[in-house]
Amino acid sequence: MGVESKLGNLGIVTTTLEQVVNWSRTRAMWPMLFGLACCAIEMMAAEASDFDMSRFGMELMRASPRQSDLMIVAGRVTRKMAPVLRRLYDQMPEPKWVVAMGDCCSCGGIFNNYAIVPGVDEIVPVDVYVAGCPPRPEALIHGILTLHQKVMGEKIREYA
Amino acid sequence: MSVVEKAVGKLQERFGKAVLEVHEFRGQTTVILQGDVLNDACTLLRDDPELSFGYLAALTAVDYWPKEPRFHVVYQLYSHDHAQFLGLRVPVNGEDPHTPSLEPVFVNANWHERELYDMFGIQFDGSSDLRRILMPLDWEGHPLRKDYPLGYEEVQFSFNFDEIDRRKPYAKE
Repeated sequence: MGVESKLGNLGIVTTTLEQVVNWSRTRAMWPMLFGLACCAIEMMAAEASDFDMSRFGMELMRASPRQSDLMIVAGRVTRKMAPVLRRLYDQMPEPKWVVAMGDCCSCGGIFNNYAIVPGVDEIVPVDVYVAGCPPRPEALIHGILTLHQKVMGEKIREYA
Repeated sequence: MSVVEKAVGKLQERFGKAVLEVHEFRGQTTVILQGDVLNDACTLLRDDPELSFGYLAALTAVDYWPKEPRFHVVYQLYSHDHAQFLGLRVPVNGEDPHTPSLEPVFVNANWHERELYDMFGIQFDGSSDLRRILMPLDWEGHPLRKDYPLGYEEVQFSFNFDEIDRRKPYAKE
């Protein structure tokens, strides 16, 4: 591809800065510990040995928003919880992403309820929605890989 | 004579007409009382050594809207000595619902009464700290009332997706 294909194996790989930055962001994307309801159980299962999210460099659930890149909103967000969620999101350093896990935080859930925010996208911008009630760990991992694809497509001029 | 029967007898003897009704359903006895004698009745049930209903196991309410009296506040007392439950009920009017707080007799009534205030809007006179406990402090209305509207969000199908999408408030960066 690059210069190495013409000069033989010099122990050098050439690539673009964009790709290196995006690659490093996807390979150590630390999620924030933010389990709100039953989806959190599936999230824990996704972390544990059978599914093992640490394959993707994200075995660390950070308890502090200041150390995390990804907020997996796992569960229903009540109207009382909504300001807390927004505050934690604001405390996360850029760049940051949000995965809405499950039906409750994607669209308000399968029941009409006065206490639940109809979709967490009313409070924070969401990158990936994962459907399911609750989604299986495979579905969550698929959502995260989808997010990785999205991040790999980011351009340097959009970083800002 | 069981402890519950004794308790009902003593309540009727002491409070007379303030005991509005006694009924039994599947082995569970419930006494309907006037609100103003509730604290005295609970003190009697708690302190009488023959009864010793020393534990307020549950405190909740029922909304019978549109009937009057609209609410029933339900108290479940438990006697550890005799392993028996006794139910008490206090009818409360729907217009400006007021009933005395049970906190002077059973301290754990505090949080239960806050929940009832939050969910049904029943005022407990004499409560030390009557605030909302579950809903946000600035919430309007009392969600477990029968006339409280359900939170309603229209479901997005393919035919009305765009229309709902247009007025749904999304977060901005």
